[in-house]
Amino acid sequence: MSGDHSDATIAQRVRRLETLLEEKGVLSGAQLDETIDAYLSGASPANGARVVARAWTDPDYRSRLLADGTAAVRELGFMEGSYQRLRVVENTPGTHNVIVCTLCSCYPLRLLGPSPSWYKSEAYRSRVVREPRAVLAEFGLDLRAGTEITVWDSSAETRYMVLPCRPEGTQGLGEEQLAALVTRNALIGTAAV
Amino acid sequence: MSWNRVSSMNRVSSMAEDRFPPGTRVRTFRHDPPHHTRLPRYARGKRGVVVEPEGPAELADVSALGDGHAPVEQIYAVRFDARDLWGEGDHHVVLDLWESYLEEDRADER
Repeated sequence: MSGDHSDATIAQRVRRLETLLEEKGVLSGAQLDETIDAYLSGASPANGARVVARAWTDPDYRSRLLADGTAAVRELGFMEGSYQRLRVVENTPGTHNVIVCTLCSCYPLRLLGPSPSWYKSEAYRSRVVREPRAVLAEFGLDLRAGTEITVWDSSAETRYMVLPCRPEGTQGLGEEQLAALVTRNALIGTAAV
Repeated sequence: MSWNRVSSMNRVSSMAEDRFPPGTRVRTFRHDPPHHTRLPRYARGKRGVVVEPEGPAELADVSALGDGHAPVEQIYAVRFDARDLWGEGDHHVVLDLWESYLEEDRADER
């Protein structure tokens, strides 16, 4: 589970296992590709951005989203059939949230798409729980002194997504235009909108 | 005190959502188990405060065995002060921890 999965022992083991399964006729490569495609289909940060834009424009939806993230994103058709729970954590002018998985690379894939390689790197995973302010500064996010930072380490079945602060001067924008402002890193908490 | 996979398999979990109500001060076990666990090393033997229950799930330490006999336990979101984890810092870290990893941190035992 190092930053570079291609060289990892686990990757070699998975490749060997794949080969064996195919050789023994248990599974075909096409079946495997199909399964992976089905898993990834529709997984995109555009989904998380849509959820955020809805929360910014609909206070009732925002309340539901913060109270029960799983149910609220299902209202928009996301995470159907997932056994995982989603918790959405809200940034405010005085508080900032950032997500990590220190043990491996747990990530709300269906809402954020495949995770960036830095999210899986040992450097990010080990440092963000210890010195988040310094790590966020390296991402170009300089938080105001006194901002309370909470790091959410996804150690069990819950996945996390950040609800960023709505930027000033966006009162006139519609949901679609707002969604276009929301980046993947803002949903992880390593950027602001 | 410590926990291990064998005792976890034999224990009867309380499975009550309110064993550790929000605000309860808890302490994580210090034990370093030889098997898979979801209690990261940096959070062992540390004091924290329960945020809220996260819902029940099979105990990962046992389900990792793959024999289908894992006990289902409540998971709790627990907030730790950076200072308690690292001796410095002003942020918080929240971890999702199975009931087996936690014991109440009673004021009279501190």
